[in-house]
Amino acid sequence: MEVLKIATAGSVDDGKSTLIGRLLYDTKSLTSDKLEAIEKTSKKKGYDYLDFSLATDGLVAEREQGITIDVAHIYFSTQKKSYIIADTPGHVEYTRNMVTGASTSQAAIILIDARKGVIEQTNRHFFINNLLRVKEVIVAINKMDLVDFSETLYNEIKTDFQTLINKRDYKEQNITFIPVSALKGDNVVNSSKKMPWYQGVSVLEHLENLDFEAVSNTGIPRFPIQYVIRPKTEAFHDFRGYAGKVYGGELKKGDEVVVLPSQTKSKIKNIYFYDEEVEVAARRSSIVITLVDDVNISRGDMIVKTDELPAIDKQFKATISWMDSQELSENKKYVLQHGVNKALAKVSKIHHKIRPDYSGIEEAVDSLQMNDIATVSFKLNRPIFYDAFKDHRTNGSFILIDTISNNTVASGFIQ
Amino acid sequence: MIKSTANINPLENEAIYIFREVAAQFEKPVLLFSGGKDSITLVRLAQKAFYPAKIPFPLMHIDTGHNFPETIAFRDKLVAELDLKLIVRHVQDSIDEGKVKEESGRYASRNQLQTTTLLDAIEEFKFDACIGGARRDEEKARAKERIFSVRDDFGQWDEKNQRPELFDMLNGQIELGQNVRVFPISNWTELDVWSYIEKEHIEIPSIYFAHTRATFLRDGLIWSADDAVVFRDEDEIVENRLVRFRTIGDMSCTAAVLSSAATITKVVKEIRESTISERGARIDDKRSEAAMEKRKQQGYF
Repeated sequence: MEVLKIATAGSVDDGKSTLIGRLLYDTKSLTSDKLEAIEKTSKKKGYDYLDFSLATDGLVAEREQGITIDVAHIYFSTQKKSYIIADTPGHVEYTRNMVTGASTSQAAIILIDARKGVIEQTNRHFFINNLLRVKEVIVAINKMDLVDFSETLYNEIKTDFQTLINKRDYKEQNITFIPVSALKGDNVVNSSKKMPWYQGVSVLEHLENLDFEAVSNTGIPRFPIQYVIRPKTEAFHDFRGYAGKVYGGELKKGDEVVVLPSQTKSKIKNIYFYDEEVEVAARRSSIVITLVDDVNISRGDMIVKTDELPAIDKQFKATISWMDSQELSENKKYVLQHGVNKALAKVSKIHHKIRPDYSGIEEAVDSLQMNDIATVSFKLNRPIFYDAFKDHRTNGSFILIDTISNNTVASGFIQ
Repeated sequence: MIKSTANINPLENEAIYIFREVAAQFEKPVLLFSGGKDSITLVRLAQKAFYPAKIPFPLMHIDTGHNFPETIAFRDKLVAELDLKLIVRHVQDSIDEGKVKEESGRYASRNQLQTTTLLDAIEEFKFDACIGGARRDEEKARAKERIFSVRDDFGQWDEKNQRPELFDMLNGQIELGQNVRVFPISNWTELDVWSYIEKEHIEIPSIYFAHTRATFLRDGLIWSADDAVVFRDEDEIVENRLVRFRTIGDMSCTAAVLSSAATITKVVKEIRESTISERGARIDDKRSEAAMEKRKQQGYF
């Protein structure tokens, strides 16, 4: 079954947790003991409605403060699809969590409080999902019940949102507007009878109709070697298989390939999934391949099709999202992890930083703080094999690791 | 020969990828094996990740001494059939050495005590990666767990200071003395696991299927009547019931459910239609609303 990952972001006030809770409730994904716990706590707090946000907010600190502070994963399924929601908080200090949630998602739900319209937070959620090239964006205009289900207001918000779209470079997103009331259940799972002027489908129906291939980021096939399998048993004495996951496109038995960095040419002899031989290795499958020739290959090397070489370089420019409490230092060396490959990296120049309200850029910055997004140039100790992020979501992204704390301090998207 | 890998379960592809990252990034990984369906599923996925080579790390079982006998028999058979290396460490030894104190009373359980035994074993063997079958859908504190989750020298989980995990990239860099808990089936739901067991014809312990058992009722849950292990009041009456287990932990903290599902297909159907969550039958989570999170901070799996 297909698994669709959806990024959501927002604060308690705009009703995001209520929307997710409503999705779970109306798809009958909440089990009776969970529902009981929600009823019990809602009653204890003196609410006269069910507080669905209790279904999603996990950690003790969050329950105490009434906010979500990390990325929480919520699972539900229908007859058609399995869904994973990566739920993050929406304030600027959680930009890194939103970037993280968006990085694995094919779709995003951006929530707008109909009474407030497009606000700074809307701008941020859209900016991040656009930067990360999340293909499918649902703009859910919530709390329609509190604005008398007004079509005029809904259209005004749509027009305001259009100005955000016009400002962004990546235009291939499919953006859908849906008027909802998460609290009352209008257009979340079931269609609303209160908004006859709205001709479209509910949030869930829209998700159900999505074509998985259409919302996936595809490109040229890249096969980074994760692990070399050498059983050295009697039955498989000379077996030398290269294990990894195929990204971007598919690989076929008999394909002419080049091994990087050695640039040795060879041909795919066999493809295996576990103990079965396979003709075609599809995108995102974890396979083992063998080559016709005896080539020296180790982890971090990459197999690509002949005539489809990526860039092979020690220097490049990238947009990065800084994620650590320690600021970026231009004099420091970092470990750059590009897929399963690693190199040492130094930032040779910070070109500019994006203003926190996304209104433009700031030149002449000499360091980056947590949650900053900026364009920088890198210098590596050895070449990596990459594509631009716009052409290849996997082979165009990387993380930076601090050599002392070992923390993941940034994520980057190669230009 | 199969034509294409296009229809392979994306969750299976993801788990295999994670297993290979563990083998590549760590010196001494270990698979924590409880004998439950999740860890049995892990063994199958590990087989797939490294075939035709053998699984390149041992299994370790932290034996509380309160296991269902069927689980132990199953474990030993599996290890023998697949020619795996098994390490067993006993909670009883930690008790005898005075490192932990046995709980007493109505809700006594060795579930908490196993943390000490586990941490000692990690130190003894210098394991740097412990692979476990926890899933994010099980419990709300687990919903925020990373796939590679760093533990400090004391085995503690700092939930506020977790590394972000982006795209497929897993950062396994640690300091000496730290270790990483790895969860390859993080994104699987209970139904995903059961469906996989069905599809792959994976053998699981018999107590997952309907059988007649001597049981008693307490707090609306059905408990195994084994007076050596499970505390029972005199007025709690033992009766034979047709039951099965949906989750297998210690006998003292795992309740059974009434069921006549005697085959895997019927079990999958039952789970699909169930309105009670899996951990609803685990008394250890009910101690307080934040029970799991507290135990995890102390190093529990």
